[in-house]
Amino acid sequence: MFNIIEYDQPDRNGKFGIYGGRYVPEILVPALRELEELYSEVKKDPKFRVEFQNLQQKYNCRPTPLSYAERLSKHFGTGKIYLKREDLNHTGAHKINNVLGQVLMAQKLGKTRIIAETGAGQHGVAVATACAKFGLKCVVYMGEVDIARQAPNVFRTKLLGAEVVPVVSGSRTLKDATNEAIRDWVTNVKDTHYIIGSVVGPHPYPMIVRDFQSVIGVETKEQIIKEEGRLPDVIVACVGGGSNAMGIFHPFINDEGVRLIGVEAAGLGLASGKHCASLTLGRAGIFQGMMSYLLQDDDGQVSEVHSISAGLDYPGSGPEHSYLKDIDRCEYFSVTDEQALEATSLLARLEGIIPALETAHALAYLNFLMPTTTKDQIVVVNVSGRGDKDLGTIVEYLRDLST
Amino acid sequence: MLKIFQKIEEVNSRNEKVLSVFLTAGYPDKENFVELAMGVLDAGADMLEIGIPFSDPLADGAVIQKSSHVAIENGVNLDSVFEFSRLIREKTDKPLILMGYANPVFRYGIKRFLSDAVDCGIDGLIIPDIPLEEYDSFYPSDEISLDRILLTTPQSGEERIKEIDSKSSGFVYCVSVSGTTGVRNSFTDTEIKSLQNTRSLIKKNKMLVGFGISTVENIRQVSPFCDGVIVGSAVIKKLDESGNLGVFDLVKTLKSGCHG
Repeated sequence: MFNIIEYDQPDRNGKFGIYGGRYVPEILVPALRELEELYSEVKKDPKFRVEFQNLQQKYNCRPTPLSYAERLSKHFGTGKIYLKREDLNHTGAHKINNVLGQVLMAQKLGKTRIIAETGAGQHGVAVATACAKFGLKCVVYMGEVDIARQAPNVFRTKLLGAEVVPVVSGSRTLKDATNEAIRDWVTNVKDTHYIIGSVVGPHPYPMIVRDFQSVIGVETKEQIIKEEGRLPDVIVACVGGGSNAMGIFHPFINDEGVRLIGVEAAGLGLASGKHCASLTLGRAGIFQGMMSYLLQDDDGQVSEVHSISAGLDYPGSGPEHSYLKDIDRCEYFSVTDEQALEATSLLARLEGIIPALETAHALAYLNFLMPTTTKDQIVVVNVSGRGDKDLGTIVEYLRDLST
Repeated sequence: MLKIFQKIEEVNSRNEKVLSVFLTAGYPDKENFVELAMGVLDAGADMLEIGIPFSDPLADGAVIQKSSHVAIENGVNLDSVFEFSRLIREKTDKPLILMGYANPVFRYGIKRFLSDAVDCGIDGLIIPDIPLEEYDSFYPSDEISLDRILLTTPQSGEERIKEIDSKSSGFVYCVSVSGTTGVRNSFTDTEIKSLQNTRSLIKKNKMLVGFGISTVENIRQVSPFCDGVIVGSAVIKKLDESGNLGVFDLVKTLKSGCHG
């Protein structure tokens, strides 16, 4: 159920233009090569495709709906807004799409232990879920800060039988959880498969995660044509590492008339320095195995970043996004913590959907986008996940606001 | 060029293994770093690896991670690393090697970095996150008068080890174990076998073993299968526990373990 289209990136070296690549310690290269070889086999293997599709339909609940947001559209009055409902996936976010594919691959590699990093905890939950289903040992690395702000997902992950390792180094968020997961992999690469949760890291991960997530865009295309008889004018998705955005954008890259907009976290504001807008304000850098836009200082040290959303709280973004920005195929903007929180309650009240704080960034951008659209235009927003996990953060924020 | 190779030959000709010591630049402080480095060389280290601190050192265990973060907080950047190198070079002829992750080098400008390193008397360079796959696109194609040392690991197959040997100069850095840097007990039979195997495939270069070397016993265990050893975490750990004098003693002891 993954789709390969004519846009032909990355190249044979895993590069998207100058971005991507395999900037990793030697010890990981053989494992990455092995993964790449296996992937090129399973991509062509009809049996693997059927197996993956079955899981997606019968264990997950694909296809997810594309819902017309009638009251939200009326609220703006300048176009039709559709919501791609990735929040309705099993485990509550798009993350499971990639995880199911990678767990099948891990089994083919004969790996018995799975490790993962997680920020918001959605990827951790998805990996723990798939490992429970397939009887694999599972270890999830999560920053201490994120463990505190995404407590429900920590409980879920443990309930599913996975071990959650708190990460206390650095900023104790997603970046540091990823470092620790990579260090684990360096040590246990023989029996362990690392399921990266986003379109980041060394080749072939950005490509594999994108392909498994591109089911979002493939379905969106079919569904919107069925509903409206044509392609949308704009697609909006939030970008941390950028997997839900890559997933919905990828099948539309050759459709030049469709604007593709990624929305980053501006945190406390771009001027405050406390944000995660790497595609907006970052510079090319080499980090966690890839070259991509990166928030860093003049000495090349990676910046401490901030977002209210744990899933976007990351100083880099996927190499393919970096490339799509440079060739002007995708546009990237950012919204603040506050704007995201407002969008959360707007969607809750108008559509009865409580989105994840990550997703809320994409929704908040509608405030800037919709004044520029016309009544007959169609906008699709990727609702990457549901917001139950964020209730604690939201309640705390509203309480702080009222005191 | 050739200086590192010649040093290893010279030491080996005395029936000794080379002892190369890693220090994080500007750790524990900037003010006394040159003194620390000179003390380590005077205590018997044959070469010095000066670590360029990085915020996200993926291949390093807790000890070097911490030293790296302290160094960054101390304000260490490439300008200070070059300044240290220049001052150390004024006082010694022993080989000096820079070791650090790709991003600070990339941000500084690779060509500028290579030329400044040579100007400061640096002889070699180790960048652990530039494997064979990125080597040709990372480095400029013009002649580089700096040894570039590549790493092998127990996971590298025969063909890769041969290719690493052919691309590497100065020596080949043989990572003894699967894992990050840090102190370990003793090496397993499998690890020793892997060293032996790597050694048999390396024809062009000398081979130094690193990762997990902290005691004379460790050195005796790997000595038959290499031309020298690299010690990092054990030195930094000793520095934390008992300061410069403790480190000088440790270096002396480790060097005694290098004598045949």
